[in-house]
Amino acid sequence: MTTKLLEVNNLKQYFPIKGGVFGRTVNHVKAVDDVSFYVNEGETLSIVGESGCGKSTTGRAVLRLDEPTNGNIQFNGENLLDLNKKEMRKKRKDMQIIFQDPYASINPRQTVRQVLEEAMAIQDAVPKSERVDKMMELLDTVGLGSHQLDRFPHEFSGGQRQRVGIARALAVDPTFIICDESVSALDVSIQAQVLNLLKNLQQQYNLTYLFIAHDLGVVRHISDRVAVMYLGKIVEIGEKKEIFDNPKHPYTKSLLSAIPVPDPSHKQERIVLKGDVPSPIDPPSGCRFHTRCPFATDKCRDEKPELRKTETMTGTHEAACHYIEDIEAGRHKAAE
Amino acid sequence: MSNDADVLQIQDLQTSFFVDDGEVKAVDGVSLDIPKGKTVGIVGESGSGKSITSMSVMRLIRNPGRIKGGSIHYNGEDLLQKTEKQMQKIRGNKISMIFQEPMTSLNPVYTIGQQISEVIQIHQGLSKKDALSKSVEMLELVGIPSPKDRVKQYPHELSGGMRQRVMIAIALACNPELLIADEPTTALDVTIQAQILDLINELRRSLGMSVILITHDLGVVAETCDYVAVMYAGKVVEYADVHTLFKEPKHPYTVGLMNSLPRHDMDQDELNVIEGNVPKPGEMPEGCRFAPRCPFASDICTNELPDLMETEDGNQVRCWIYSEKWDGDPEVNVKNDYQTARSQ
Repeated sequence: MTTKLLEVNNLKQYFPIKGGVFGRTVNHVKAVDDVSFYVNEGETLSIVGESGCGKSTTGRAVLRLDEPTNGNIQFNGENLLDLNKKEMRKKRKDMQIIFQDPYASINPRQTVRQVLEEAMAIQDAVPKSERVDKMMELLDTVGLGSHQLDRFPHEFSGGQRQRVGIARALAVDPTFIICDESVSALDVSIQAQVLNLLKNLQQQYNLTYLFIAHDLGVVRHISDRVAVMYLGKIVEIGEKKEIFDNPKHPYTKSLLSAIPVPDPSHKQERIVLKGDVPSPIDPPSGCRFHTRCPFATDKCRDEKPELRKTETMTGTHEAACHYIEDIEAGRHKAAE
Repeated sequence: MSNDADVLQIQDLQTSFFVDDGEVKAVDGVSLDIPKGKTVGIVGESGSGKSITSMSVMRLIRNPGRIKGGSIHYNGEDLLQKTEKQMQKIRGNKISMIFQEPMTSLNPVYTIGQQISEVIQIHQGLSKKDALSKSVEMLELVGIPSPKDRVKQYPHELSGGMRQRVMIAIALACNPELLIADEPTTALDVTIQAQILDLINELRRSLGMSVILITHDLGVVAETCDYVAVMYAGKVVEYADVHTLFKEPKHPYTVGLMNSLPRHDMDQDELNVIEGNVPKPGEMPEGCRFAPRCPFASDICTNELPDLMETEDGNQVRCWIYSEKWDGDPEVNVKNDYQTARSQ
């Protein structure tokens, strides 16, 4: 039986918009609006979606880097939202994050030694006398080599710098790591190196990843399960194979069909979505995707669909659409 | 191999940057022909020189950079011999360019209409009023809804995808013969990327222009290009039609690049990465520039720089394996043996 390391229930993250003469809160950006999911120990759950769908906000809320508006975040059976600041800081020893931009997330005035030392000191994760050995070991683990301990970030390439970011996350022996677009800024050949490294580390240390990304190729490679977000909501979630080979939600389908395939003889039917993602300040009623969905009806405008499972879905696969069966059976066709 | 059907012929282009540490050869002897009405992709990773090549065509290289040598023939005339004034008549008129970041390429204090009109007024001498109505037409052409209202708006009022459409409208306002698109969809989400790529493809067909598409995304290349040049460290390492390139990639770098790509449409256990990093500009290897990372590298590769050689199928590759001087395994097949060679 697999155990749930992280369980998020009804997470809401609203950011206030101040306006008027007195700077009152006039409205909210509903970045994450009632999202629930869990991550099993040792697995990788990916959250995918386009800009503004709330995937990064979800990650930040889990670590309480932004204070969530509402919800429940269970980590190892403990509700993180009940912890005070000091306790939460302690908790981050187990929960680390690797950011997108290795140029911006590492202090340019610190050497690798200082970067790693600081992480270990704050969490008091490693006794002082053992820190240097541990640092050397870490650098070897992430493929940098211990001779690079006293170098500054600018002496590294982008891929190497991301390895420093990974070493920093590993410095406190975490069990859970959030990778927020951690390979997006890298060239493909370097991205592949870092992806392989992340996979190997997961096996070696039994790490659990929450992997936030927009690149579905990367996601397919690294994940066990995938959650697709649109405008602050999870529209589909399930095992990787189900999401990629048996997608049910019209948004997931169009997202998959929009990715260019590196094979010129491959001719795919592309579902081109009209228009842009609506504003999360005043999201569409009912199903949030209805303004762009080729299958939308009045029902979609009025009723919010819940995540549910149908007979043609296996495992933990669920999608939030009123018309899964009807579309599948060909009873409900896309509007021209 | 140059002929009348090419709208642009780049010959032995050399562009360098002269910095404190010495000369950085960003583009080192690139030759490339752009056939009329076709899309040629230039693929490569950061620092391969793909963007500098296109900036050189537009003569947009600024200090400390300089175009050192070569020629760029556009309809029989060498662009490198033109004065700045002559170039201004070509830029944005006959040859247009769109960039990666539509927000920084548009002027935030002018309306969309003013920015499109400017190009039309300068190059076609239309009155302000006529130029504005042409702007509305252009916005309609690139698929912007309610174009009459949009011309009065400022860039910040538009989304990223819309802004890129405006950039395309500006670039196409004067019916250019050649459009250079430098990573036009990299900053956009996939569903918006699909819209923009479809738009560029459709306009190319209906307007009969040629396109140079600069990208790092092999998926984008496969879907939009007719021919592809793969660049590595300032040089073209492989040039082929898109079908051959993907079916029978010849250069080890091309194969490595394709193997590194995580696919959303199939499962892979481990990615076959290219080891190491791109060489630093000041530390170029003496022989083949890819030799230090190449799983097939042999003695000749580390000592001598290979030329771009014509292959049996009429394509080009810069690799010793395909020459008579090859001193490694004569039976080697780059595509099939890449993985085994890599793990040795």
